[in-house]
Amino acid sequence: MNVMKSNLFKRQDLINYGLLALLLLVVLPLTLDIFRLNLVGKYLSYAFAAIGLVLCWGYGGILSLGQGIFFGIGGYAMAMFLKLEASSPEATAIQSTPGIPDFMDWNQLTALPWFWEPFNSLGFTVLAILFVAPLFAFVVATAMFKRRVGGVYFAIITQAIAAILTILIIGQQGYTGGVNGITDLRTLMGWDIRSDSAKYVLYFFGVAMLFLCLLMAHLVLKSKLGRLLVAIRDREDRVRFSGYDVSNFKIFVFCFAAMLSAIGGAMFTLQVGFMSPTLVGIVPSIEMVIFCALGGRLSIIGAVYGALLVNAAKTTMSEAFPELWLFAMGALFIGVVLAFPNGLAGLYTLLVDKFKQRRAHSSAPANRTSAPAAEKEQVDSSSGVTAPSQS
Amino acid sequence: MFADYSSSELVAIFAMQGFAGLSLFSIFVLMALGLAIIFGQMGVINMAHGEFMILGAYMTYLTSHVFESLMPGLYGAYFIVAMMVAFLAAGALGAFVEWALIRRLYHRPLDTLLATWGLSLILQQCYRSIFGAREVGVSLPDWLMGSVAITDMIEVPINGLFVMILTLLIAAGVYYLMYRSNWGGQVRAVVQNRPMAGAVGINTERVDRATFALGCGIAGVAGSAFTMIGSTGPTSGQLYIVDTFLVVVFGGAASLLGTIASAFTISQAQSTMEFFLSGSMAKVLTLLVVVGILMLRPQGLFSLKIRR
Repeated sequence: MNVMKSNLFKRQDLINYGLLALLLLVVLPLTLDIFRLNLVGKYLSYAFAAIGLVLCWGYGGILSLGQGIFFGIGGYAMAMFLKLEASSPEATAIQSTPGIPDFMDWNQLTALPWFWEPFNSLGFTVLAILFVAPLFAFVVATAMFKRRVGGVYFAIITQAIAAILTILIIGQQGYTGGVNGITDLRTLMGWDIRSDSAKYVLYFFGVAMLFLCLLMAHLVLKSKLGRLLVAIRDREDRVRFSGYDVSNFKIFVFCFAAMLSAIGGAMFTLQVGFMSPTLVGIVPSIEMVIFCALGGRLSIIGAVYGALLVNAAKTTMSEAFPELWLFAMGALFIGVVLAFPNGLAGLYTLLVDKFKQRRAHSSAPANRTSAPAAEKEQVDSSSGVTAPSQS
Repeated sequence: MFADYSSSELVAIFAMQGFAGLSLFSIFVLMALGLAIIFGQMGVINMAHGEFMILGAYMTYLTSHVFESLMPGLYGAYFIVAMMVAFLAAGALGAFVEWALIRRLYHRPLDTLLATWGLSLILQQCYRSIFGAREVGVSLPDWLMGSVAITDMIEVPINGLFVMILTLLIAAGVYYLMYRSNWGGQVRAVVQNRPMAGAVGINTERVDRATFALGCGIAGVAGSAFTMIGSTGPTSGQLYIVDTFLVVVFGGAASLLGTIASAFTISQAQSTMEFFLSGSMAKVLTLLVVVGILMLRPQGLFSLKIRR
């Protein structure tokens, strides 16, 4: 048991998780007011999608430009539930049809559409958040990967689906709220989600969910499955010739990433209080990729930092110099791709390694050499496997 | 849904929508031709393709202003000059981008996607800073205004006809360049096997740069033609990028003929449906069908039978 544990979580992993927990659970809540903390919560909801992308792009080599689809599915599912709760017959008595969401009334709908009905139940909504997105991902991925379509084509098709979904949501105003999205969400099972105390609770709930997802992603990566993903990314043919059905692994990791993204979408809706098609389309989907790329496409913790940093920069810069923001963002894309393919996590690993080396040199050689040397070897072997893909 | 119209009206509707579809088709072909060279032949995913197109549109806008203020007598001819300016500007920017960015990323196609997306953001902001956030349009010279009446119910706008003829000429030119000229042979050799092409004495770097520049230049001409049909804003390019990629992929990435066939299918389907459904639903349905077909037939309509 002990051996297994030490394999799953190396000491460096534990330190990294500990630092992230310290930052998210202690430092930020103590230093930021609730408005800013709520913003951090919003950024963290993108981190879910970025973690999914680390798994499916960094390790699996599948670049999805459609994580916004799944983010949107999760977010809209949550928003539909909250909207129905906010549109009780008493609260909407002034409408010509009380009891349906306000935007439906504006669009001359007189009854709740059938696919909205089940979202009256919280249980169904939670199931929908967790499973609709993976199911959709499963259909797309099966169609593509079973036919051995991958790489660039997959990216373009997922992007097209994101575009289709946005056009559909905007076009079907009566059913989806159109371009404004679903707004004016108030309570969750009678509990006001707009109060400050609720925002604190939701923030900590979001962080807890984030760590749960990080744990799941960590387990996937440390398992044999994770090794196989890397192998598939680097030499798909060889894995196939070794007798594995490559497509199943790719389908799994894509569905898993979709689920993470959907959870993130639901957390977004809860904390921000609305959901709109601007979070579904091509632009947010590509932004999620850049969170992951900046943080380091091979590090799930890096993805969290990436989402935090890019969004914090976006907020500060678009407040102060709106016209510079796109330049900075563009330069960030190009710079990360050209200069740091492994992102911040790559830099961090380099620094840690250097620090360890220096410590190994400065401390007494007799009793210390064996441990750092072994550790160094492990780092080397892992970095050898996780070198950027040349696909 | 056909019951409300008489048969002659239906014919006219289909003819007019068909012609509207043909205008859309010309734009699709022009945009997709550039991308078919860059993406289909070279395998570079250029997400900034739309911005190269918009560059062409802005160049046309500038040229029209220059002509208007400096030589109003020659205003009728500005469009021809504008297209050349657009081609050269977009091509030059393309050559620079290839030198600065793309050539470092040939072995990492997915990373090109991100880098060119970053480029597209920068270009968009440049356009916004230089030309303003509002959409700009050009006034057409007199000889491009008006329409030709074919029957009393069917009228064909002249600018649409002009764009169409232009498209045909450019498509024929590209076909000749890629498949009949010596240079096209070099391009295809480099694309198929870079080290081998280098070994037989082709300067692969120069061919790459020229190919990329040509693709971007054609996008510039597409943008120039685009100004005759719609107005241009800093983010107009982004609206078209998904369509363009789908056209190229649907046609079969390596086939120029396929690109043209798929541009025709998609534009006709979309514009005919637009008359009976709302615009957004027509687009959703068209894209869905295209994505559906691509899932069943990932190699696209026309595929080259080569061993990979």
